[in-house]
Formats: sequence, structure tokens, C-alpha cells
Amino acid sequence: MAFGRSSRTGAMHAVSPVEPLTLKILVAGGFGVGKTTLVSAVSEIRPLRTEELLSEPGVGIDDTGGVEGKSTTTVAMDFGRITLREDLVLYLFGTPGQDRFWFLWDELAQGALGAVVLADTRRLADCFAAVDYFERRGIPFTVAVNCFDGAERHPVVTVREALDLDPEVPVLLCDARDRESVKDVLVGVVEHAMSLARARRRSLSAGA
Amino acid sequence: MSDPGPNDPAENDPGRPYDPAHPHWFDDEAGPVVRPYAMTRGRTSHAGQHRLDLIALVVAEPAADDPVWDLTLSPEHSHILGLCRERPQSVAELAAELDLAVGVVRVLIGDLAEEQLVHVNRPVPPAELPDESILREVIDGLRAL
Repeated sequence: MAFGRSSRTGAMHAVSPVEPLTLKILVAGGFGVGKTTLVSAVSEIRPLRTEELLSEPGVGIDDTGGVEGKSTTTVAMDFGRITLREDLVLYLFGTPGQDRFWFLWDELAQGALGAVVLADTRRLADCFAAVDYFERRGIPFTVAVNCFDGAERHPVVTVREALDLDPEVPVLLCDARDRESVKDVLVGVVEHAMSLARARRRSLSAGA
Repeated sequence: MSDPGPNDPAENDPGRPYDPAHPHWFDDEAGPVVRPYAMTRGRTSHAGQHRLDLIALVVAEPAADDPVWDLTLSPEHSHILGLCRERPQSVAELAAELDLAVGVVRVLIGDLAEEQLVHVNRPVPPAELPDESILREVIDGLRAL
């Protein structure tokens, strides 16, 4: 197959003059915490749904354990798109909420700029698994506390302690329905990714 | 496109495209895991295929403009090619647009790449963060939304 790195010089292809660089940010968190709402708030398209089959090659047949009673063998991921520039497109992927679909996360997480862990203070434990996942894989993430109407607004420090977060992990309050608020969250993720990358480069050059 | 093997169970399948108006052509007992791959003649992966990332971009080649392809390709291949001719499409977008599982769409894209009707641009490789300048562009772009 003709594979190539995304080049920003697609001019030689008369059919499509611009081949944008594509990037992705993951949106994780418990079921019903507002992942798709967050994606909708900034996406230029109505969030699309893509499905992966549980029988995907490479997935052990045992992975379907626990879903025998279901009529479906697919798992859905909602995603949105933001064209930042003609040659720069950001995709937002809502991760499947159920823990048993985590084999999909590895694929989703590959090459991701970073992740938002969306938290609901009424059910903080729902995002423990996501926090663990990103911590262990060294994927830059921020925790965004979705302030539902009527939900008690826990101070950021309480959430940080409850989740036992490393001090450098940003915690933000947000409203997943609000475009400006979600923009701030996404900027926060990329800034965090940038500062981690910078620190990594520093430690590499210090070790050299 | 590629010939099914002699033992291919889908050989006798008339290649009937999925018709959303008649979604119960197969009932659940028929095996929902297998059915989606009937469209790929039972193939679940493509020879020599890297696993295409969801945000890998599928770009139509100039050869794809030849109208003969619309006559020779399956409706699904043709649909993918048509979308890519409009603008490059990510694997995820194609799967959503065709309402097919990602695994199925990967195989179909592999067919088109083999025919050199499309090429696939892989995104930034895993474990390799984009340049800081690109991250800055992302931040500026988000702020300007």
C-alpha cells in the first residue's frame, strides 16, 4: 500500500491540493458524564459514530465474555472534527465508557496529542480507570470537572485529592455544553502536552 | 476487486449491498459478528496492511477520476472513492459515512490502495509527539474558533 507520513506539501496531487495533518485528542470518562456533549460543543460536524466489531482480528475471542446477552457485538465511538486550518485538522474521540472495551483504547490512544478526563463529582470513581490508564501510558491528560446544573461544585483541590493526581496534572472546571468552556479545556490539554514534551526533551538532553 | 478464494463462504453471496430499508434480511441469530464482513468477502484484514489509524487520511489519486471505476467497483468501494474525491477523508469519517464497522472499511480501503486509486497518509506515528510549533498552531487555532 502507498503509505507516507502526512506531508504538508500535497501540491503534487491535483485531485486534492491540501492533505491536512490530522491530530486527535481523546475524551474519556464514565458513562453519561457528557463526553458526546463536550465533543458536540466544539465539533464542526454533528458527532459521528463509528463502530468497531468485537471480533476484530487480534482481539481474543474471550473478550466477548459478558456481552453474550447483548444483541450487538459492536462498540461505538463518537467523534467530532475541528478544522483548525486548511492543513490542520483536530479530531476528538469519545472513548467507549465501559471498561471491557478498553482494548480499543490502545488503538485510540496511539498518536493522540493528549486526553481530557471528564469527571462528574457525583460519580468521581467513574473516572479512576481513565486516570490510571493515561497515567500508566504517559499520555498527557487534564481532568475537566463537568459542572452539571445543581451539582455541588467541589473545589478543584478536593477533586485533585480524591483522584490522587500528580501535581502537574491540570484540573479545570467546565461546562461540557459551552463552546468557550470546552475550547479552554482543549487548549489546556495541548498546553499540558507541550510542557510535558518540553520537560521530556530537557531530561533527554541533560542525560546525553 | 480481488477474487474470492475457492473456499470462500461468501462466494455464493450475490454481493447484495446492505439495504437500510430492509435491515432484517438477517436476524440476530444469523451471527452479527460475521455478517458485516460479507461485504469484504469474508476478509478481515488486507495483505501487507498496516492497521490504519482512525485518523489516517485516505486521499484519492488522479486515476480515481476515471469514470470507468464507478462501473466496475462495488457500491461500497465506489462510495468511499466518491467521498475521497471530494476531499481527503479519515478512516473514522469513512466508516461513519458508510455506516460500516471500522474493520470492514479498513479492508475496503486496502482494496482501493492496491488498485492505486487512493493513498493513505498516516498521522504522526505513535510515541512521537508533533513539533512544538504544531502544538502552538493547534492552540492558536482553538483560541481562534
